[in-house]
Amino acid sequence: MNIIVPVKLVPDLVEELSIDSSGTALDTSWLRMIVNEFDDHAIEQAIILKEHTGAHVTIISVNAEGIDDLLFTAAAKGADRLIKLTGEVESGVNNHALARGMANIIKELKPDLILTGVQAHNDLDGSLGPQLAEYLGMPFVGYISGVKVDGEQVNVRKEYPGGLIGDMNASLPAVLGIQAAEQPPRYVAISKVRQMMKTVSIEELDLSTLDLMGGPTVNRMFQPEVTERATMLSEDADEAANQLINLFKELGTL
Amino acid sequence: MATTAISHTPSFSETFFTSLYKVENGERFRTCLQCGSCSGVCPFGYLMDYPPGRMIAGLRADEFNLVMETDTVWMCVSCYACAQICPSKIPITAGLMTRTKEELLLAGNIPSELQSALENSQRYGNPMGESPRKRADWVIGIEPQVTILGKDRRPVDILWFVGDYPSYHPRVQSVAKSLAKVLNALGVNFGILGPEENSDGDTQRLSGERGLFEMLAEKNGKIFSRYQFERIITSDPHAYNALKNEYPVLGINYPVQHYTQFLAERIDQLKPLLVKELQATVTYHDPCYLGRVNEVFTEPRMLLEAIPGIKLVEMSHNHASSLCCGGGGGGMWLDGFQWEKAHARLSEWRVHEAVDSGANILAVACPYEPPRFEDAVKTIPQAEQLVVRDIVELLADALG
Repeated sequence: MNIIVPVKLVPDLVEELSIDSSGTALDTSWLRMIVNEFDDHAIEQAIILKEHTGAHVTIISVNAEGIDDLLFTAAAKGADRLIKLTGEVESGVNNHALARGMANIIKELKPDLILTGVQAHNDLDGSLGPQLAEYLGMPFVGYISGVKVDGEQVNVRKEYPGGLIGDMNASLPAVLGIQAAEQPPRYVAISKVRQMMKTVSIEELDLSTLDLMGGPTVNRMFQPEVTERATMLSEDADEAANQLINLFKELGTL
Repeated sequence: MATTAISHTPSFSETFFTSLYKVENGERFRTCLQCGSCSGVCPFGYLMDYPPGRMIAGLRADEFNLVMETDTVWMCVSCYACAQICPSKIPITAGLMTRTKEELLLAGNIPSELQSALENSQRYGNPMGESPRKRADWVIGIEPQVTILGKDRRPVDILWFVGDYPSYHPRVQSVAKSLAKVLNALGVNFGILGPEENSDGDTQRLSGERGLFEMLAEKNGKIFSRYQFERIITSDPHAYNALKNEYPVLGINYPVQHYTQFLAERIDQLKPLLVKELQATVTYHDPCYLGRVNEVFTEPRMLLEAIPGIKLVEMSHNHASSLCCGGGGGGMWLDGFQWEKAHARLSEWRVHEAVDSGANILAVACPYEPPRFEDAVKTIPQAEQLVVRDIVELLADALG
């Protein structure tokens, strides 16, 4: 069983986001990146499958600052192979271009199963999974919270809105968009990660020239704007409480 | 008589036992009398599947794997009560308890609450997961302005290592502000690291994450080496313990004092400034890592007695026998886990003692304590009148 897990870093919302001078993108000077939460679950699910049924797990990601730490942490959890995609990707690419480029590389790796996070909060042109599936000619099932491999088939638990759960099979090879792993992503001791940094290597593969067609063009990026109907409460807790009391009185609820 | 070595694969117990020898005085584990004092004095020993004494027995019986199958070692708050009472002076906390947590953590067997505190420490340099950029936000509005070394780039006499909770916790920020006020009143030339400061890492170490501790220590060490200062003071006994006893092993060696020691040295200068009378009966809670571990008992009391109007009384457990607030060894990040096991909080036990002492102020000197004890006060009806204050908050009040 050969499992490929494409993952990426996304802006960490612990820092307040600001827009750069072009007005069409985030200001990256203060940006802190973190693993996309759903991708972290995809890694966990791949490791769980490896532990249960035996598998070779490859983590693949586009080069970015901090990506080595992510990859070594995945290795400490049990991933077997680490691949970093290089090329003109540092400034970010759209998911259409990335899916096309990645599909060519992943094809060569002859995967049985591709697990990726179901979405990321900075996906502007759809999530990566379904697009990868399209270019690879494989089935895709998203919003997955449980995976069992059974011969040439994969049995998945798919979450629907309203608390419905679907139990379905797909033929392998397939692409799955992971919503949640069967258990929360595990902790690995820093000493194990550091050991990986000394003993494991990250392979670099070239994404070559990317075809950016199909992606969106951002005309304007902006912070939420206060409209006429919105009243912003004070940041001071006491003042905000008074504002709320007055508001409730005005509305006749107090 | 000639003996032949029989080849044999060491069991987990044997490997683990050998690893304990590497801890300072680790060979003393062989001298355990099985007197049971450690298990008896342990504040949570009564509900551990394997309290410290039984853990040692398990090691000797080659059955330590049974200890590893339970999760009650996470009840250990690294308070050093076991190590302190042991007649053979066996390093139970530093060796056995911490090493066991390390093994559990390496096996990935840790409570999820603790996991997020460790992940946050790794990622943001503080266990709460706050933005490192906001680490010095508490200084806003303080006059004269607090020097942030990365920004102001001037040599100072004192580098104040503020610590996680005084930097970020809304209740404990008041302790940081009070210390700034006292240092300014004394005309001390001091600075802080602000966004460049990382968690001292000591509690992470004692909760089994040695690698993370080393990573944080290396980061702090690198930052220390960039600036000119004569010594470090801390507002956190855990940071004090790390800087005094653990960082030097990693080659990070600076003279360090807890703020109570620093201020006690200047008591003659400080005393005339304490003009406002505080009519109160005060009892002092010795923090584990200031008192029992590092034997700083007199300076905090000296400072309290310097405040006009204060009457100092002792709780039944005081000095080296002080009770843990429950925050050490990862307890700060295991509230839910420990409540589930014990349905009791160590902080509540301590607050009962404070009430019984007749005090109306419970004075503390560790940033874990104000929120822990204030929460306990809310749940104990007899403690309604009890106020929890850090010593430096009382000093700042007395400055007028």
